[in-house]
Amino acid sequence: MTNKDQYKVAQEPFYQAQGGEVALYEAAYRARLPVMVKGPTGCGKSRFVEYMAWKLDKPLITVACNEDMTASDLVGRYLLDANGTRWLDGPLTVAARIGAICYLDEIVEARQDTTVVIHPLTDHRRTLPLDKKGELLAAHPDFQLVISYNPGYQSLMKDLKQSTKQRFTAFDFDYPTADVEADILSKETGMDKAISAKLVKIGAVARNLKGHGLDEGISTRLLVYAATLINGGVAPRAACRMALVRPITDDADIRDTLDHAIDATFAQ
Amino acid sequence: METLNIPPELERYWKDLDCGFKPVEPVFAECMREAMAVLSPQGVEEYISNARFLGKMGRGAEPILVFLEVAPNTAKILGEEAMHAIMACVKVLWKSPNGKAITPFLQSMHAVAERLRTAEQMQHYLDLVLDFTERTTGSVHGIHKTFPSPGLPDFFNQVPRLLSLLTIQGLRNWVEYGVRYYNNHPERQIDYFTLQSADSRAVLQRERQGTLLVDNERKLDMYMRGLWRDPEQLIPYSLAYDELRKPQPYFDKLGIRLPDAYDDFVPAVTVRSARDQRPAAVSVSGLNRYRACLAHIAAHRRWSKAVIADNFSPFQRIAIELLEDSRVEYLAMREYPGLRPIFMALHPEPEEDACDTEHESSIRHRLAMLSRAILDAQHSYQHPYIVEYANRFHELMRSGDASTAEMADMGVSFIAKTRLKSDQSAKIHFKNTEVDYRDDNRHLWQFIEQGDEEETFADQNNAQVEEAIEGLPPRLYPEWDYSNSTYRPDWVSVYERIHPHGNPADIDALLNKHAALAKRLKKLLDLLKPQDKVRIRYQEEGSELDLDVALRSLIDYKSGSSSPDPRINMSHRNDGRSIAVMLLVDLSESLNQKAAGCDQTILQLSQEALSILSWAIEKLGDPFAIAGFHSNTRHDVRYLHIKGYSEHWGDEVKSRLAAMEAGYSTRMGAAMRHAAHYLERQTADKKLLLVLTDGEPADVDSHDERMLIEDARMAVKELDQQGIFSYCINLDPKADEYVADIFGKQYTIIDNVAQLPEKLPQLFISLTK
Repeated sequence: MTNKDQYKVAQEPFYQAQGGEVALYEAAYRARLPVMVKGPTGCGKSRFVEYMAWKLDKPLITVACNEDMTASDLVGRYLLDANGTRWLDGPLTVAARIGAICYLDEIVEARQDTTVVIHPLTDHRRTLPLDKKGELLAAHPDFQLVISYNPGYQSLMKDLKQSTKQRFTAFDFDYPTADVEADILSKETGMDKAISAKLVKIGAVARNLKGHGLDEGISTRLLVYAATLINGGVAPRAACRMALVRPITDDADIRDTLDHAIDATFAQ
Repeated sequence: METLNIPPELERYWKDLDCGFKPVEPVFAECMREAMAVLSPQGVEEYISNARFLGKMGRGAEPILVFLEVAPNTAKILGEEAMHAIMACVKVLWKSPNGKAITPFLQSMHAVAERLRTAEQMQHYLDLVLDFTERTTGSVHGIHKTFPSPGLPDFFNQVPRLLSLLTIQGLRNWVEYGVRYYNNHPERQIDYFTLQSADSRAVLQRERQGTLLVDNERKLDMYMRGLWRDPEQLIPYSLAYDELRKPQPYFDKLGIRLPDAYDDFVPAVTVRSARDQRPAAVSVSGLNRYRACLAHIAAHRRWSKAVIADNFSPFQRIAIELLEDSRVEYLAMREYPGLRPIFMALHPEPEEDACDTEHESSIRHRLAMLSRAILDAQHSYQHPYIVEYANRFHELMRSGDASTAEMADMGVSFIAKTRLKSDQSAKIHFKNTEVDYRDDNRHLWQFIEQGDEEETFADQNNAQVEEAIEGLPPRLYPEWDYSNSTYRPDWVSVYERIHPHGNPADIDALLNKHAALAKRLKKLLDLLKPQDKVRIRYQEEGSELDLDVALRSLIDYKSGSSSPDPRINMSHRNDGRSIAVMLLVDLSESLNQKAAGCDQTILQLSQEALSILSWAIEKLGDPFAIAGFHSNTRHDVRYLHIKGYSEHWGDEVKSRLAAMEAGYSTRMGAAMRHAAHYLERQTADKKLLLVLTDGEPADVDSHDERMLIEDARMAVKELDQQGIFSYCINLDPKADEYVADIFGKQYTIIDNVAQLPEKLPQLFISLTK
C-alpha cells in the first residue's frame, strides 16, 4: 500500500480568500463533487487547491498535464522487470486507491482522448476501469478529482470537450483586486506596502494590454517574484524589468510601453 | 530723372543703378543704408551692379525690389562670395523660359539662407535648383519652343517651409520624387510642389526627421490603454502646413489629435548661477514628448469636468485653464511619479524679470511662472503672489483630488490679485510661456449662449456637408519603383467591395456538369484528408509500451536469443493539415476573350474551375478565401470579396461567383498586398496565395511595361517575408516571358485553357500534399 502521508501538505500554505470559495469548496468536497478551477495563469489556482487539501487534511496528488501525456501516464502501465512485466499504477489510480485529491493542472494541455479516462471517475460510478490489467477499481470514498485550466490562451483546438466540462462544478478565479493583491504581496514576501502597491500598478498596466498584443497580463506569481528580487537588494526598476516585463513579451512595442510604465511608477 | 528722395551721398549709386521703376525710388535709401552697414565697399558695388542687372532684364520692378531688400542680409549670413553663385543661378533662370520663377526665387532667398547658414550648403541648394529647372523645363517634339517648368515657382514658395522640416538631402529626395513622377504632367507637378497631393505629403513625411506618430502609434496606443485605461483614436495633424496658427494638441469626440512628428527635445543651454543647486534640464525623446502629451490629455479626460464659460472673462479663463492643467498634472504625477522629470524638462521656465510689465501684457508670463512654481518645488520666483498661490495650490491638493470648480475659484482670485494696467495691452509677452505638451482645453468649457466665435459656425457648416459613406474607405499601398529602387508611398488606392450577387443555381449546374471530375477528385481528397493521429510502432523510445512487441522481445531474451529487439515502444504522431489558402482571381478585361480551342470564354472556364476548386477545398476543410481584382489606374484598384475565411461554400458564395464579370486592367501587386493582409491574420502553419491570371500585370496609367511586373515581383518577396507562399496559375501561353520574373519557380502555365477546371484542383492538391 502506498504511503498516504507523503502526499499530505505538511505546512499551511498562505492563501488569501477572496470570496466564499473556501466554504464552497468544502461543500463540494463533502459531496465528493469533481471541481474545476478556471482562471489566468499565476492567479492562485494551484495555491488554492493546495490550501484546501491542507485544510481538509487529505493527501494531494498533482499531475502537470502536457501534450505528450497519454492515458497510461495517468492510469498506469506495464513495466518490464526481470520476471516479465509488472504493473505500475499511474497517479490517478494511486489517488483513487488511497483516497487522495487528484489535481490535474492545466488539463487542456493534455490531448482530448487522454482526458476521457477520467470520465468514469467523475460521475455516479466513481470507478476506474484498468482494462489492460483487467481490473475495475472502485474509488476510495475520500477520492476527489480537481482540474484546473486557463480559458484564456488556449486555441480553439485546446478546449475541453463538453462531455468533460459537464462533469464538474467550477470556480472562476481572476487576479485579485489591487488592494488585496498588494496585501498578498506584502504577506507573501514581507515587502513594504507602498512598493507592493506600485508593483500591483505595473501589473494592472500589463493586464490592460491583454488582448492587444499580450496573451496574458502579469500574474500575481510574477509580482511575487519581483517583490522577492527587490527584497534581495535588486533595484526596483531592474527587478521589475527582469521579473515582470522580459518574461511575458518579445514584442518591442509592448516592452517599451511596460518599461515606461515602470519608470513612470518608480520615479528616481 | 527725378532724384528728390535720394540723399546726396547716395546719388552716385542711384545713378549706377540706372533704374526707371517708380516703386524702387522710395525704398532705395533705406535699402542702401542697410547694405552699407553690412557689406564691404566692394560688396556694395556688386550689390548695385547685380540690382542693375535685375532691373534691366525685362521682368518688371519686382525682382529688383526684392533683391534690394533681401540681398544685404543674405550676404551677411552666407558671406558676400555666395552672392556670385546666387546671381549665376538667376542668370540661368533668366535665359531659360523660367523668368517668372526669378521673383519667388529671390523672395525665398533670405529664408533659405537662414536655414542653411553656410555658403557650401547654399551651393548644394543652388545645384538642386538648377537640376530641377533643367529637367522640368519642357520642349515639345517638332516645335522648338520650350515651356517653363510648371512646378518651379511653387517650389520656391514652399521651400522655406520645406527646409524647416528637411535637411538639404531630404529636400533633394523630395524634389527628385516630384520631378521623376510628374515630369509629364504639369497639373500634377504643380499639385506636388504646392504640397497638395497625398504622395507629396507622404514623401515629405518619409524624409523628415524626428519621431513620427505613425511609427509609434502602436506604442502610444498601448500607453493609453495600459497606463490610462483610456484607449482612444489617435489622429495626427501636421505642423508643417500651418506656421501661423501653430495648432495645439486637443481631443474631441472623434479622438485625440497630436502633431504628426516631435523632434527630440534638447534643452537650451542656459547660464546658471553657481549657487543654483537644481539638477540640469534633461533632454526628452520624441516618444516621451508624445507620452507627456497623452498623459496630460488622459489626466484631463479622467479628472476634468467642463465648467460654464459664460461667467468668466477671457483672462479668468486662461488662469482657470492653467490651474486646471496644473491640477490634472499633479494628479497624474501622483499616479505615476516618473512623469515629473519629463514634465519638468518640457515646461518652460520663464525668467522672472523677462517681461517689461510697463509696456507689455504680462498675463501669460505671470501664469507660466505660476505653473512652473507649482510644478517645480525648487523654483526661484520671488513674486509674492506666485509663491502664495503655488502654496495654496499644494495645500488644496494635499486634502484630496480637488475639482475643476475649485481651480476656477483660485484662478479668478489670482487674476483679481495680480491685475496690472498693462494686461489689456495688445503687446503680449509670449516668450517662454508656451507649454507645448498641453492641449488647448477646448473640453473645459461649456457655452450656454452661442458665441460668435468662428468654431461655432464651422460646426454648423460641417453638419450639412456630411454625406453617407459608400463602401469601405480605400486602403493605400506603396508601389515598388524598380528604376531607382524605392517605394512610392501610398501610391495605390485599393477599394474593397463585396462582389455583386447572381444566381447560385448556375454554379450548382456547373458542378453537375463536372460530376465525373468531382467523383475522381473525391477519391484523391479522401487520401489527403488528415488522419490526425498516427501510431508509430517499433520505437526504442516512445510514449507507450507496445505490449505485443515487448512480450515477443522478452521471449527472445529469455530463450537466449542474442539480440532481442529493443524497439518495444510506440508513439503517436499528429498528422494534421494546417494550410490557409487565398485565391486571388484576375478579373481584367482580357478574360472576356474566347479561350483557344473551345467556345467558352476564359471567364466562364475560370468560373467553373473556381467552383470545383472551392468545392474541393471545402471538402478538405482548409480555411480558404476567394477574391477578385481589377484596376482602373492606381487611384481605383478594386478588390472584390467573393468568399471570406469564415464563410462556408454555400449559396451566398455561389451567387457571388455566378455574377463574376471581367473588365479593366491588372494591377497585381496592390491586390496581392491587400490579399496578404487578410491571409496574414490566419493562424495556419502554412499560408498559400494562389493567383489565377491570364496575362501580365498592366494598367492604363503605367507606361513602363516593366514597372508593374517588378512591383508584383516585389510583392511576392514581401509576402515571402511574411511567411506567405505565393503561387501563380497563368493562362497566358506567352507567360514565360514575365511570369518567372515575378514568381520565380512558383508558377504553372496552363496552355490548354479548356482543361482549367480539371487542372486547377489537381494543381492545388499536389501543391498542398
